[in-house]
Amino acid sequence: MQGIRNFIKTYLLLDMFQGLWVTLKNMFRPKITINYPEEKTPQSARFRGLHALRRYPNGEERCIACKLCEAVCPALAITIESDVSNDGTRRTTRYDIDLFKCIYCGFCEEACPVDAIVETRLHEYHMEERGENIMSKDKLLAIGDRYEAMIAQDRAADAPYR
Amino acid sequence: MWQWTPLRDVLSQWITPYWAAPLLLAVQIFMVMICLILVMAFYTLAERKIIGWIQARRGPNRVNLFWIPGLGQPFADVFKLIFKEILIPADSNQFLFRLAPFLALVPALAIWAVIPFAPEKVFANIDAGLLYILAMTSMGVYGIILAGWAANSKYAFLGAMRSAAQIVAYEIAMGFALVGVLMAARSLNIGDIIHAQSGGALSWNWFWLFPLLVVYFIAGVAETNRAPFDVAEGESEIVAGFHVDYSGMAFALFFIAEYVNMITVSALTVIFFFGGWLSPFQGYHLWGLLPDDALLAQPGFFWFGLKMLGPMFSFLWLRATFPRYRYDQIMRLGWKALIPVTLVWLLVEGVMVYCQVGPWKT
Repeated sequence: MQGIRNFIKTYLLLDMFQGLWVTLKNMFRPKITINYPEEKTPQSARFRGLHALRRYPNGEERCIACKLCEAVCPALAITIESDVSNDGTRRTTRYDIDLFKCIYCGFCEEACPVDAIVETRLHEYHMEERGENIMSKDKLLAIGDRYEAMIAQDRAADAPYR
Repeated sequence: MWQWTPLRDVLSQWITPYWAAPLLLAVQIFMVMICLILVMAFYTLAERKIIGWIQARRGPNRVNLFWIPGLGQPFADVFKLIFKEILIPADSNQFLFRLAPFLALVPALAIWAVIPFAPEKVFANIDAGLLYILAMTSMGVYGIILAGWAANSKYAFLGAMRSAAQIVAYEIAMGFALVGVLMAARSLNIGDIIHAQSGGALSWNWFWLFPLLVVYFIAGVAETNRAPFDVAEGESEIVAGFHVDYSGMAFALFFIAEYVNMITVSALTVIFFFGGWLSPFQGYHLWGLLPDDALLAQPGFFWFGLKMLGPMFSFLWLRATFPRYRYDQIMRLGWKALIPVTLVWLLVEGVMVYCQVGPWKT
């Protein structure tokens, strides 16, 4: 009996038509794709994108060359060299992040005692030549200067949860 | 032979009638080929769009044409393929490697010689039209087999072998399904097959030969190597199957052949089972709203084109719905399901013809 029922079900292609009905219904559902360059998905304030080095409001660099970020970096992407600066403070002479090595885990940001190295929400960047993947101290500071308002706002938004 | 009168008049003014006739035929064939290639180009776009919609995506919408997003995509693809280099593998059989794309494309286009676009609008009104179609659809597989053989690659060879075995299995089911059409029309001429179905939507073959329609369409999908029967390409198993070593326009020729074959199978489904260019309202007066001489009740290219959209959409719909069959499942379906079904229905049809049931009252 079961065999006969299966036989009829198979030859009437019932399962096939069931599947076709599902796909036909889905054809008229709203599309979930976003027209990317024109539309963008909402981003979290915690988004971990391109790195930046911040300054204090008086223009002084935050980084004190403690090398905690270098130590914590699981991908060994950060290279720091430090020296005593003209005003007698401890400062970095070299702060390089290799973007090809970086895995954007955010540990450097977490480890930093002075909130100097941060990851911004910028993620639309590219390299056109060899060597551009190395973010030098100057480049990182430039990004920090340019996007300081956004960075400060993101830190403030995330502060209640820390 | 179909002659387009305005063009014939223009041509006969300039040259002698002796040369005008073949020239007119050549021009007409060229125009039909261009239309076919254009339909094929937009069919590829329709495929990407429709499968995208089914998967809750948008499909291509970056190349605008006439301010319609995505409409220019086929032309962008063509330009990309034209500028790509055609690589020829060093250990391949160069002659066969270059010949194979044409062997795939030419039979696909040659079938259109016997397909009537409207009453009497056919290039070759031959008596054995059905046999010609069966022969040409079988010829298409030579291109695939030679491509797989000539490339001297194991993936291409596997694809070619699979395609050959699959076409042998499904050709039989397809042939038997068409025997049913033959019994209904009592003719091999395509025009006669359509004329035999006249009398409105319910007197078309699909109603009395429904199992054969299903079998024919499944066999047609298998014959064109389309999903869910695309083991010859099987990109997840054997990379791209028989055309894995082809690039640029050589690949495009296989691509065109596949899509033209899909359009051809759609056209043949319409001709054999949905009355070709016949109007569905023929013989239905609809309470006097639609007299027999009304435009909608007249046969014509309009109905042929409109009906073709159904099978053409079904091709894409099937591809978006079903996963690829395993190779042994394809063989089992072909030999142990489709062929018995057609044989049983041929028997039923024979009894119906003998007892004068249905449309076979003489």
